[in-house]
Amino acid sequence: MQTTALYKTLGLAFGAMLISACASKGDVNDGAGSTVAPTATEQQAEDTNAVESTGVNGEALEAEANEAQAALREQTVFYFDFDQSTLKSEGKAALMAHAAFLAANPAASVVLEGHADERGTVEYNLALGERRSMTVRRFLMANGANGSQLKVVSFGEERPVMMGHDEGSYSKNRRVEVKYQSR
Amino acid sequence: MVKRSLIVLMWLFAHLVQAELLIEVTQGKQSAIPVAVVPFSWNGSSALPEDISAIVTNDLASSGYFRTLGTASMITQPHQLNDVIYADWSRLKQDFVVIGTVELQADGYAVQFHVMDVHQQVEILRHRVKGKASQLRDLAHYISDFIFKKLTGVPGVFSTKLIYVTTNRERSRFNLNYADADGAREQLIYSSKHPIISPAWSPDAKKVAYVSFENGRSEIFFQELATGKRERVVAFDGSNSAPAFSPDGTRLAFVLSKLGNPDVYVMDLASRKIERMTNHYAIDTEPQWDVDGRHIFFTSSRAGGPQVYKLDTANKQVERVTFEGSYNARARITADGRKLVYVHKANDRFHIASQDVKSGLVHILTSETELDESPSVAPNGSMVIYAASEADRSILAAVSVDGDVKFRLPSKYGDVREPAWSPIFQ
Repeated sequence: MQTTALYKTLGLAFGAMLISACASKGDVNDGAGSTVAPTATEQQAEDTNAVESTGVNGEALEAEANEAQAALREQTVFYFDFDQSTLKSEGKAALMAHAAFLAANPAASVVLEGHADERGTVEYNLALGERRSMTVRRFLMANGANGSQLKVVSFGEERPVMMGHDEGSYSKNRRVEVKYQSR
Repeated sequence: MVKRSLIVLMWLFAHLVQAELLIEVTQGKQSAIPVAVVPFSWNGSSALPEDISAIVTNDLASSGYFRTLGTASMITQPHQLNDVIYADWSRLKQDFVVIGTVELQADGYAVQFHVMDVHQQVEILRHRVKGKASQLRDLAHYISDFIFKKLTGVPGVFSTKLIYVTTNRERSRFNLNYADADGAREQLIYSSKHPIISPAWSPDAKKVAYVSFENGRSEIFFQELATGKRERVVAFDGSNSAPAFSPDGTRLAFVLSKLGNPDVYVMDLASRKIERMTNHYAIDTEPQWDVDGRHIFFTSSRAGGPQVYKLDTANKQVERVTFEGSYNARARITADGRKLVYVHKANDRFHIASQDVKSGLVHILTSETELDESPSVAPNGSMVIYAASEADRSILAAVSVDGDVKFRLPSKYGDVREPAWSPIFQ
C-alpha cells in the first residue's frame, strides 16, 4: 500500500511537471532539477528552449523509471518470518514492479516457489511454503497480474538455499522465489 | 590433527564396509533384563555367512529392554541343555540364558534354541526354525522376536522393516530406502533428483505410498515392494501430499491443496472416489487414521499455530486434541490406540512427545537430539523412530514410548529423513 502511494506521488509529480512546462516559463528548471541558476536573459529567452529541455528531461525520467522498475524486478526472492506467510513490507516495492511487468506483458508467466526452513514438520512446512506462494500470488494479482500468469508450487523444507542450523540460514530459507518461465 | 584425521579415516572406513545404518544404544531401561546369549554351535566346515547368535544379542541389546553379557565374561559356553550350569550364570548375575545349535541340512539351515530361567533353573522356551542361506538374518530376527515376546510379553519387532529417505548435502539426489529395522540390508527402492517425502506403509506391508516432486510439484505415488511397480495415484491440480492408509487398507487419507488451501481428503481405493473431509481456510494436513478406522488425527493451524485435531469421518466433526505449547504436529497413534506421538515445540526446541489419549497427559520423550521430526511408531507400540539433527547432519533416532530406551541409527550417506516403520509381517 505504501508503494502504491509512492507510485501515485511519482505519477502526480511527473504530470505536474509536464503541465507546468506547458503552462509556465519561470520554473521549468525546477522540474528538470537543474542546478544552474537561471539568469534574466535566459528566462526571457523563451519558452521553446524551456519546453524542449523539459521534454528531454521527461523522457529521461521515464527511462529512469523503467530502469528503476527493472532494478526492482531484480529482487526475485522474498522472505518470511517463522511460521508466517504474511508479506514483509521490504519486498512490496519489488513485487509491485513484477506485477506491473506482468500486467504489461500478458504473455509473461512466473512460477512462485514457496519454501520453509527445516524447523517443524515436513508436511506442515510444505503447506506453509504454499501459503507463502499464495500470499505473493494474491499481492501480484491485486497489483495487476493475471492469475493465469502465476503458478504456485511449494517445496516445503526440501530445498534450502543455506544448510546451516541457525537463524542466519533459516531466515534465508523461508522464502518465495519468483521464477520467470517466459518474459 | 593427525589423530583427528585418523579417526575420520577410521570412521570412513568403518562406514564403507559396514551396514548403512548402525544402531547405537544411548540409553537403556534402568530395569533392563540381564540375558546371556551363548554363541550357537555350528557343525559346518566353513564359517556361517551370518553370525546368528551375535545378531540375536544385538537385537536384544538394541531394544533397550535387555542387558546382554559379553562372550568374554562367560564361564562356559554350553550348546546343549544338559551342559548348562545354572550356578555359573547365577554368579554372573544373569536372569536368562539362551543357547542354540545351527545345523546344515539337505533343505537349508536349521536352528534350534532354548531359553533358560537362571533363577528357576528351568527351560522356558524351546524352538526350531529353518531357512535358506539368504535367510539367516531373518532367522536370527525371528528368534529375537520369539525371545522378546516370551520375556517381555510384548511382540518383538526385530523382523520388521523401515523405509526412509536419504539425501546428499546438495539436495540434488533423493533416495527412498528399505532396510531391516536394525538398519541392515539397505536397498534402494526409488531414486530421484527431486524431493521424496512422507513415505507410508500399506497395512499389509506390500506397498508404500509416498510423495514425489518428479513432475515439478507434489504428487502421491504407490509402489509395490515385491515388483517395484509404481503408480501415480493422487495428482490433482495443486499440491497432493501426506498419504495415510486406513487400518483396513481400503482408503487413503491425504492432503489436497487447491490454490493454497490444504484440506484433508479421503480416497476410496477401489473406486478412486474422493471425499473432502475438512473445509477450512487454515492449513489442514498430516492426516493419520485412528485405530478405529473412523477417526482421523490431523494438524491444523486453525487456532493460529499448528495443533493436532481429531476428525470424525462419519459426521466431519472436529475436536482439538493438543493444548500444551504453541506447536504440536504430525501425530501418530500406537497400535493399541492409547498413546498419541507427535512433534512438540518447547523452549524453541522441537522434540517428540507422547500424549496419553485418555488422560491427555503429555510426556516429552527426547532431549539429546535437535529438530526432531517425522515420528513413526513401531507396530508393537514400544518404540518411536524419528529424524533428528545431530552435528550438522540429519540422522534417525529412536525412543521408547515411555522415554526409557533410546538409540540412534547414524548413516554413512548424507542426511537420513522421514522414517516409516513397517507393520508386523504376517
